[in-house]
Amino acid sequence: MLECLPDKAVTHTAGKINPAKTCQPIGAMYAALGIHGCLPHSHGSQGCCSYHRMHLSRHFRDPVVASTSSFTEGASVFGGAANLKTSIKNVFAIYNPEIMAVHTTCLSETIGDDIPNILKQAEIPEGKLVIHVNTPSYQGSHITGFSGMCKAMVQYLSESDGVQKAQVNILPGFVNPGDMREIRRIVHEMGIRMIMFPDTSGVLDAPMTRKYEMFPAGGATVAEIRDAGNSALTLALGAFASNAAADLLQEKCGVTGIPLKLPIGLKATDAFIMALSDWFGTEVPGSLSLERGQVVDTLLDTNFHYQGKTVAVFGDPDHVIAMTEFLITMGMVPKYVLTGTPGKAFEAEINGMLGEAGISGSKVKADGDLFELHQWIREEPVDLLIGTTYGKYIARKEDIPLVRFGFPILDRAVHPLMPVVGYRGCLRLIEQISTALLDRRDRDALDEDYELIL
Amino acid sequence: MDELCSLPSGGAPPCISERERSIVTAGRSRTAIHCTDDSLAGSVSQRACVFCGARVVLNPVTDAVHLVHGPIGCASYTWDIRGSLSSGSEMFRNSFSTDMKERDVIFGGEKKLAACIDEIVEEHHPPAIFVYATCVSGMIGDDIVAVCNAASRRHATEVIPVESSGFISGNKVVGYRAAALALMRLITPKEGETVEKTRKLNFLGEYNLSGEMWLARRYLTEMGIGINVAFTGDSTVADLKRAPGACLNIVQCTGSMHWVAMQLEKEFGTPYMDVNFFGAENTAESLKKIARFYADEAVMERTEALIARETARIAPDLAWYRERLAGKRAAIYVGGAYKAVALIRQLRGLGMEIVLTGTQTGKKEEYATISGLLDEGAIVVDDTNPAEIERFLREMKVDVMAGGVKERVLATKLGVGFVDHNHDRKECLAGFDGAVHFAREVYTSACSPVWKHIRPFGGA
Repeated sequence: MLECLPDKAVTHTAGKINPAKTCQPIGAMYAALGIHGCLPHSHGSQGCCSYHRMHLSRHFRDPVVASTSSFTEGASVFGGAANLKTSIKNVFAIYNPEIMAVHTTCLSETIGDDIPNILKQAEIPEGKLVIHVNTPSYQGSHITGFSGMCKAMVQYLSESDGVQKAQVNILPGFVNPGDMREIRRIVHEMGIRMIMFPDTSGVLDAPMTRKYEMFPAGGATVAEIRDAGNSALTLALGAFASNAAADLLQEKCGVTGIPLKLPIGLKATDAFIMALSDWFGTEVPGSLSLERGQVVDTLLDTNFHYQGKTVAVFGDPDHVIAMTEFLITMGMVPKYVLTGTPGKAFEAEINGMLGEAGISGSKVKADGDLFELHQWIREEPVDLLIGTTYGKYIARKEDIPLVRFGFPILDRAVHPLMPVVGYRGCLRLIEQISTALLDRRDRDALDEDYELIL
Repeated sequence: MDELCSLPSGGAPPCISERERSIVTAGRSRTAIHCTDDSLAGSVSQRACVFCGARVVLNPVTDAVHLVHGPIGCASYTWDIRGSLSSGSEMFRNSFSTDMKERDVIFGGEKKLAACIDEIVEEHHPPAIFVYATCVSGMIGDDIVAVCNAASRRHATEVIPVESSGFISGNKVVGYRAAALALMRLITPKEGETVEKTRKLNFLGEYNLSGEMWLARRYLTEMGIGINVAFTGDSTVADLKRAPGACLNIVQCTGSMHWVAMQLEKEFGTPYMDVNFFGAENTAESLKKIARFYADEAVMERTEALIARETARIAPDLAWYRERLAGKRAAIYVGGAYKAVALIRQLRGLGMEIVLTGTQTGKKEEYATISGLLDEGAIVVDDTNPAEIERFLREMKVDVMAGGVKERVLATKLGVGFVDHNHDRKECLAGFDGAVHFAREVYTSACSPVWKHIRPFGGA
């Protein structure tokens, strides 16, 4: 792969080389898996669905089941209505989900299938539901698709009964099931009733029971998502993934929405907990204060491992925004910050944080690719790379340690179960970053500098 | 059993009625299996698409640029997932995409494609660029053939269209043909060029997963036979252009390469034969078959000696594994029939009983071969889905399954051992060494110490 990078600096203006994003439907599929008893359905040809299931299976190492309209030439010419109706019939007859979540693909979008209209004509068994989102892959990224499906949940399911309940809605963003569990634990520690959707914990981190559950115990129930319309507050974690649904919830059901960063890092976790504490008048329990104290203590114990080191971060915008904030807290220097997802708000937010911290000379880009990131690093190297598995080529070529972070991670295991959010997540990130840099130091040390205690 | 079933008991049928003809029982079913059709809408098929078929065949051409003309997903999901190894260029591990946006869909993507090709030629000077059509570029009618031809002339380089729009068919075999057409275009000498015939052979349908081509080449070299070029594992554009110079084509992955072999016979008079390097028995047979073609006493002798030596060398290892695996029950679900046939023989060689075999893309005659190999009562299934896999794994009391990544996670959740025989495997499974590696993989999965601990807190 290394020869892809020419000797001289070049800019390519058309297309992408080594993308730092993927397409909308996989995000919609992942979000849909976070509804209990839901079968995601891909309305298009079956290749897309197969790729998305495969990609998610590789990241989570758990079965990902989704149906497809199996388009061929006929459907592409005459429209996919018949295929979708047949799919709905077959899916409820054989798999019997509570709810089907339909997302479109480029193909059905290009031919212009009118999904709401098709759904009106389809025979949906009584008591069953079908929701949908339009997810052409030629717009946005997997994060846009995730956001769209969250919004569809609100649009189709959430209702206000006119009586507000003392409960919070959490839109967790495109994070791992381990993160969702951790968010749930924190809110539970605060003693606040919550509805989290989507929630893939219990779905994509299900235990081995020797019993295959097509619809595992996890996921937000339809009743919960409906009841989200009665909550007092919505916390939208990660603007790119969660704001659209929170805004609609506010508009449709009058639930106040507060946009927050993903609770990755000390400041963002503080903000998350304080938002809950302020709104519900709940004191932060000692257990969480203790965890926070451990993080600060650890930061002081380890700061000389990483402070002042330069770092390149790439991945999904919400992840990268929160991570950049934490890196600044740690005293590191985010030199290159890139996401593949389009959106100018990303650049503004990162540049704002860097400016506030007095860091200049960094490069920040939305809708970028890894070819470009690689070129930046080659022109002026960094000490550490943080990003998805795809960063491993750059890490090898430029001999930089890589901390795997975000989606997808295809070459390591266990990560989907281990949270990066909350104070526990802070500790894990500090450990990973310290260890990566110290491992490198050990590896590079001359015999006379190779020491026991670091 | 019902307590373990995820499907609703009572009401729903065990499988979709339209699917019944795609499932037969070896030795008992009188009618032939229903196959090669489009998948049923809503059936959760494990199949991929036409573009995928084309991409997996061509991507191992190591020094070419593989440019996907479509929205980003098609390139993202197929970025370096093939598992092919290269002895030289690593260009093929990059992911090039025109990253079509809404504007391109509305106004057409031809200009953007041409601009991408221009930049790639200027920045990377590849010996060839394969341009893959996807659903969207095909649907909006981008003329990739015209764009590629114009770019070829403009840059005096090979820019080869691959017409692999996903919607053309629900079967990736159609993508194999698109790739084959692109390969033939590359291979066929231009006017005025000639390729001299040699005593070497071409190895078709060998993708050098985990270096398997390199192992096969060691055997052939020892026999005194050279590989002219392997398609497409660890091949370069220049290697492929020498393809007409072979005296024989051996074909491993028949699904992807039979048609190419037939074309090569028609165009260049090169005969072909099927070979199979998965499993010791298959390897030995294939080597003998190749040696016989050369009708050279010395080659034959060296081949016999190689087989005798290697068979004896691995026999103790295989016996060790057979002792531990004998009587276990196996299931197979793979992409193509040639792999299914190889797996049946290999698993049986380990003393295991094959109770379920299926493929995504098998043809009627291939299923006849498969059924003929199986014991009475074994299930044969075309284009299956997770619900059926679940049902059969439970009903047939399977101990180990062989398949790809989507089957792996399903099998393990059901408490069934698993061995990957697809892109995610990192072990060389070909040849005599591969037979031992395969046995070890089956053993480590089927006999993992973890199985003793799956019941919580010492429960039975």
